[in-house]
This record gives sequence, C-alpha cells and structure tokens, in this order.
Amino acid sequence: MRILPFIVTTLATVGLIFTLNRQWNLGGNNTPKIGYFLSPQHGFWKNAEKVNANFDASIIAGELKGNVDVYMDERLVPHIYAENDQDAYFVQGFLHAKFRLWQMDFQTRAASGRLSEVLGSRTLVNDRKFRRLGMVYGAEETEKYINEHNPGMKETVDAYTAGVNAYLKQLSPEDLPFEYKLLNYEPEQWTPKKTYLFLMLMSYDLTGRASVADLQLTNTRDYLGYDLFEKMYTNQQDSLDPIIPKETVFASPSIKPITPMSADSLYLKKNNSNASVVVDGATPESPDKNNGSNNWAVSGSKTKSGRPILCSDPHLGLNLPSLWYEMQITTPTHSTYGASFPGSPAVIIGFNDNIAWGVTNAGRDVLDYYELKFKDNTQKEYLLNGTWTPTTNRQEIIKVKDSADVVENIAMTYWGPTMYDSHFKDEQSKGRNLAVRWTGHNASTSVETFYKLNRAKNYDDYINAISLWKCPGQNFVFASKTGDIAIKQQGSFVARWDRQGDFIMPGIDSSYDWQGMIPNEENPMMKNPERGFVSSANQKSVDSTYPYYLGTASSFPLYRGISVNKRLAVMNQITPIDMQGLQTDNYNVFAEVARPALNKFTDLSKLSPDAQRMVNEMNRWDLNNNANSKGTTAFKIIWDSVEYAVWGDEIAGSKIPLTKPEAFVLVDQMNRDSNFSIADDIRTKDKIETLKDQVQLGIEKATKKLIALEKENKLAWAIFKATSVNHLTKTPALSRLNLSIGGGVNIINATTENHGPSWRMVVHLTDEIEAYGLYPGGQSGNPGSPYYDTFIDSWAAGKYYRLLFLPKAKLITNERTKWRIQFKNA
Amino acid sequence: MKSNQSVVIKFLIGTIVSALLAYAIGIYGNLPWWSFVISNFIVAILIVQSPWKAFLSGALGVGLLWLILALIIDNQNGHLLSSKVANILPLKGSTTALIAITAFVGFILGGLSSLSGSFARKVK
Repeated sequence: MRILPFIVTTLATVGLIFTLNRQWNLGGNNTPKIGYFLSPQHGFWKNAEKVNANFDASIIAGELKGNVDVYMDERLVPHIYAENDQDAYFVQGFLHAKFRLWQMDFQTRAASGRLSEVLGSRTLVNDRKFRRLGMVYGAEETEKYINEHNPGMKETVDAYTAGVNAYLKQLSPEDLPFEYKLLNYEPEQWTPKKTYLFLMLMSYDLTGRASVADLQLTNTRDYLGYDLFEKMYTNQQDSLDPIIPKETVFASPSIKPITPMSADSLYLKKNNSNASVVVDGATPESPDKNNGSNNWAVSGSKTKSGRPILCSDPHLGLNLPSLWYEMQITTPTHSTYGASFPGSPAVIIGFNDNIAWGVTNAGRDVLDYYELKFKDNTQKEYLLNGTWTPTTNRQEIIKVKDSADVVENIAMTYWGPTMYDSHFKDEQSKGRNLAVRWTGHNASTSVETFYKLNRAKNYDDYINAISLWKCPGQNFVFASKTGDIAIKQQGSFVARWDRQGDFIMPGIDSSYDWQGMIPNEENPMMKNPERGFVSSANQKSVDSTYPYYLGTASSFPLYRGISVNKRLAVMNQITPIDMQGLQTDNYNVFAEVARPALNKFTDLSKLSPDAQRMVNEMNRWDLNNNANSKGTTAFKIIWDSVEYAVWGDEIAGSKIPLTKPEAFVLVDQMNRDSNFSIADDIRTKDKIETLKDQVQLGIEKATKKLIALEKENKLAWAIFKATSVNHLTKTPALSRLNLSIGGGVNIINATTENHGPSWRMVVHLTDEIEAYGLYPGGQSGNPGSPYYDTFIDSWAAGKYYRLLFLPKAKLITNERTKWRIQFKNA
Repeated sequence: MKSNQSVVIKFLIGTIVSALLAYAIGIYGNLPWWSFVISNFIVAILIVQSPWKAFLSGALGVGLLWLILALIIDNQNGHLLSSKVANILPLKGSTTALIAITAFVGFILGGLSSLSGSFARKVK
C-alpha cells in the first residue's frame, strides 16, 4: 500500500462526499444536497415522470374492509367506487398522499407554526404568530371534541389518516416528492390533528384578516381622531345590494346587545384627537383581503331546461399545487363529485345524485382583541372587573433548524390567549398586551357538515348539514333536482352592538364581552324567492335593518354583488354556457360609477397633452377588464392615483401603515358632494385644494406611470397585471407566470395578480347531472409530471371541462377512462 | 501485444463493472446515493490498474452511467422537470448544462473513489 497517496485520495473522496451531501447557504437560501439532488437514481431525476406514464396499479391494504376500485380519467381525476364509507375515505387519503403529499404536509406545518423546523429562523416570526393566535390550540380543541362526542367523524378522519399513512409506508426514499429533495427534509406520519390543523388554516384564511386589520384600524382611528375617521371609514354603502334583498323584514332579535356606557370615551375614543405614532415598518402578513368568492343558483323558472343551475367559484390565492383536488366518491350511501382539500376527507364544493352546493365567505367579524392589564411582568394575574384574576400558562415549543428551540409561554385568559405582549410585538401592536378571542378557537364541526352535504338528498338535509357549521362563516348556496334553490349565511356569529369589535376593546371590563351568539334561525337566509335566483359575492348579507352588527364595510366588497345581481335579474332561458359566460364576465361595474365621477371633476383643458390622451383612452374604454384592454389599465392607474392624492396627506404623516380607505367612500362622496373638505391637502398650509385640484394632480401623476408602461408595451391589462399561479415556495421556475387573463377586483372574474377563482363549477341539475368545472392547476403536485399544470391555460381562456359523473358500469366503458387502481384487503 | 491488450481489457472491464455495480447498488433507495464509492473502491482493489487508469475507468463508469440515465429520463419526460431545475439552479435554464453537471458529479466522485482503491492494494 502506498500510504501517503492513499490517505490523501481517501480524504479527498470523503471530503467530496461531505461537500456534495450537505446544504450550503448561498445568498440567504439553502441549496439542496447537490450530490444527492443530481443523482439519477435518488435525486430529482426520479421525479421526472414519463410523459406517457401508466397509472394502473394494484395495492394491498389490510386496513380495508372490502375492495375498492378507482378509475382515473384522462385528466387524472380519480373516481372511487367503494363498498363502504370508511374504505372510501381510506382510499381518498391514499390518493391525496399519492398525488399531493408535499403540499398537505407543508400546509399543515405552516398552520401549526412548524415551518422554522425545516426552513430555519426566517419563518420564526410567522410561526410565533400562529402559535400565539391559537392555531394549534383550536386544532386540539377540535380533536378533543370529536374524540369525546362524535365517534362517526372520528371514524371517518381515522380512516382518512390510515390511508395517508398506508401510502407513506410504501413510499421508497428515492420516490420522495421533489420539494422534499429540494428543501432537504422528510414527510411525517399523518394524524387526525393534521386534518384539523388544515381546517384551522382555512378558518384563518377566511376570518383571520381581523388579526391584522383590527390593530391597523385602531391605530388609524387613534391617528386621525374619531370624527375624521368616521368620514373616511364609514360603514354606509349607498349602493349596497345585499345577499338578502332590501325590504326583507327580519325577525325580532332574541339578543339585544347593549353598548357599554364607557364606549364613547374608552372604546370609540370620540374625544381623542391625533395621537403620535413612533415606529417604522411594513404591513405584516395577513390573509388576502380578496379572499372571498362568488356563488349563485338560478331556479327552473329562469332556465331553458326548467331545471336549476348552481354555480360556485371560490376566490383564493392561486397556488401550485392547487388547494383543490377533483375527485368522485361513490359508496352504497351516496355518490358525490367535486373539489376536495388534500388534508381532509370528503368533497368540499360539489354535487351528488340529487343536489349541488357551493360556498362564499361570509366575511363576518369573529375575531376580537381585548387589551389586558397584567399585575406585573410575570403575567400571572390580570385585572378583570376590579379583581386580579389568575392566568394559566400554555407552553409551545418551536424547533428551529440549525438553531436553538424557541419557547413561547402564552398567558391564557378569560378572553383567550395573550397574543401580543412585551415578549411578542410588532409595529401594529405597539407593545400592548392583547388577548385574542376567535371563534376559530372553538371545536370545529366542519368535517361533519361536508360529510352530510355529500349525502344530502334535499333541502331539509342541506339545512341539517349546515346547521352544524361554525367557523369560518360561509354563504351556502343550494339547488336540487326537484327544483329548490336556497342560500343561507351560516356560522357561529357574535351578537354585536354597532362597531363592537372593530377596534381593540378594554379587557378589564366584561361589559365589552360577547353578549351571545346569534341563533341559527336568525341567520340571514332565502329559499325559492320570486325573483328566481339566489346569489352572494361577499357583499353584506343584509341591509341596516338587520338587528345585529356585521363588521366593517372593508370586509364586504360592494361591487361584485351588484354586477352578479344586475345580470341574473335580466337573464332568462339560461343554459350552462350562459353561466360559464357569467362566471368569466369581465365587466367593471365599479368603473361604471367611478369613471363619470372622475370626469365630473376633470377639466380637460387644464391637463397636459399626454394626460388628455390617457383620459381619452380611459373614456373610450368599453368598461370590460379584458386581457388586451388598455383603457382598463388607464382607468386603474388614474383611479389609484386620484385616491392617493385625496387620502395621501391624511395618512402620509403616520410612520406605521394605516388602513387604506375603501374605494366606495370616495366614489360616494364624489357623487354626492363636490365640497369634500378632505380633498384639501393638510400639508400645504397656504392653500386649500378642492377635489378638482386633486383629481388633476392624480391624473398627471398617473400619466407619468402610463407613459412609462406604454414605452415598454406593457399597457395591455393582462400584461400589466401579470397574473401568476405561484408554487407554495414562490419559486418562479415552479410557477406559471404572466397568464393572459383579464378580470380583477370588483369584477365577477375576480382574477388579480395572484389571486382569483381557484375552482370554477357550473352544475345543471338534470337527471344525469350536467356539470362543468376546472381549476388553475393540475391533479398532480409533482412539478416533473405533465399533469402538474394541465388546466391553467384553459382556465385563463375561460374554458371549462365537462365533469365525468357516472355510475360504475358506465364509467368503466367510457372513452375518457384511462387507468385503474385496484385496492384489495388481501 | 499481449500486455497492451490486457491493459485495454482491464480498463474496459473496470469501467463496465464499476458502472454495473453502481447501477445495481443505486436501485436500493435505502442506501445512500454515494454508495457506489464503496463498490468503485473495491473494484479498483480487485482489478489492478495503474492509478490514472483506475481513476479514469471509475470516473467513466459512473460518469457515463449517470449521463445515460439522465438522458433517458429527460427524454421520456419531455424535458419538463430538467427545464425547471435548470432555472432553479444557476444554470440559466440550460438543460444541457444540467445533464453535464450531473454526469460530472458522477465522474469526479467515481474517479476519486477508484483512485483511492488503487492506492489501497498492496504494491507488487
């Protein structure tokens, strides 16, 4: 042996293995383990799926009671035929894991504040926030409740869990999903708690915005003083077309919330003028304001066939892999098709042999802050109604990759967990001690509602199913083959006095407590109305004669609902194609009122030639936010600029970001009152600006932006908007960018930069059920699969697929059926 | 001449055996991706070559194996994943570069492990 060369080369070999087998930090990001990642038999190459892959398979699972047949159609949608319900949910779990494992695992990690465990300290702030908000707490409450009181649901979730874990058991290391290899970690066993955590994530997405908005609004009110605040943030929407039409008479309320005596001074702070704000910062992460949806159902009186048609399109972040996974589940008790959530059993939005249903977000306020007075830094006691009351301690440990564990000690109070205090604060909380009270903390019954909707045969079953629903409040739309249509806003809603919960409330005084939850019977609802349709687009469900306060106007977009109802009111002889056209409609009803309002205050002769050109571009526009429209871009930039000119000075002086006033406030003012004193720029002491001045200023500023865009050929709406569907890690190479699609905020086709109709469904309740749908993604979560982003182009183009919903015998011989996965118990 | 032929034959055998063993070991996903280092090391001990030739035959064995596998996979996948990875790694979207560095990693590690093995055996 030649010792020296041997030692040197062996060390070099070992050194090279070491280098290629660990993550390196490059520019703030961790690389994958390069040798592993590039290995054709272990790394990413193993995820490069053959283009003509065969999905036939035969799987043996001892947990099954019987055999289950799954047929995959050409879109890779599975059609499950099981001999009993539990086997069906087992297979659903298995298939969710087979096609979307990483996403399920990642999203539940995020929900439970465990991202730092695999991504390091950069996700620590968010993890801490989620723990303190009570995301894990709520999932634990749900698990406790279901284990103790609901054996049926426990069985369902257990079967689903067993299916996911059966897949994990047979998953070889070289076949791990791509993202695990890229990010260098491994999947975990699934548990029922993870399903409940996933549902907490949906609750957060749809009701959690208040966790940031309430703080922001409190700071805004403090900064401006109440009088100015009331003008800029009024809840009064002149043109509201509520879900339940105006003129509806509501039952006398069983709870009459009493405004606390001290509210004017201690809560609304009506006597306060400007307070000072001291800290710089950006607006923290928060669920997207546009999280919402459209849904509607038209009765046979308005359709060509005489049968109802139901439509539902939820508006959420556009991500890859998609939040939704299409499937059909058939057992002896029911046969249902629709969009499911990888992470949860059952079909979430869909239809069955008898009925169809859909959801939009209710937007009601179900999350409040209470300011605490602790006795001292130990946080062991807090003041409540003059008595020092003990807290209990909830400890949560956050593991951080390549770093020490972070321990959160959360003081639990009567109101809820102490979310913000001296140990956890940001620019918005300003060091205050704040407990958070959220209906998301209460045990969730969501799984059972979906379970029952999947099996519902008629209106009574539908009402029965949704009566259990608590959080997040939704507008459930319904239609049946027998001709019923209905809509109900259902959830656990607080019986509020006017403006209760908009701001931080005093936590020392229980007169600010929630005075009750609104009984189900008093929730807004409508069945088989004269006008022949029901609809919702996140607008307020009722007008101001309803005896309970809903929440701030910013939670209830105004214009989409107006658009939907205007069109449905005049449509007749409706077909499914007409409904597809309506779901993808680009008409801008906001611009319809805002453009004339702008013109009212515009003096063309005072504008520069370029500005005149841009105003003409805006005025020539046909009010459709179409992909190739330049007028759309001109209008949007001009409007935003004018808004900023009017409000900018009021909120510019603040060093922390304040709430932006709603667009309808300015439009309503412009249409009412040309002496709008807020138009005056308070920063220019020597003169008083009028609305005309600000509009002119806004147009000129907008023109500069528009000219720059024009030079780069980016004036067309779709090019400017640059809609993208982003991978959950936001990696551009795994995302689809610059989609050619129109629409926008306030538009029925609510597609913005990376938010929009995440599932589109049109269901014609004929005997066989004629249904259409799609989502901007693909059934496979594998970026290496041809099925990763299959539907995106069709979605952008406004097309739909005919959904295959057939009894087993017919499906087997259908030309669209391609593969079969057989599950056997032995 | 006989000794030249045997040198060439040893080289070819060394290369092919390295490749086959690396492939066979690579099928077992539970073993680490770098397990071929062990098999290359052993091959270099058993098939006596000069160090340079040992290096080259180990390098080409694994390097070519990885190259061929990557090309086949990439082709059957219609370049779907390679084009994405070539944009995630700093390769400016070049799938050719991606395949090249894949082969290169196999080449260099395969070569070094065979070289170590060739120094490990006793000198005659």
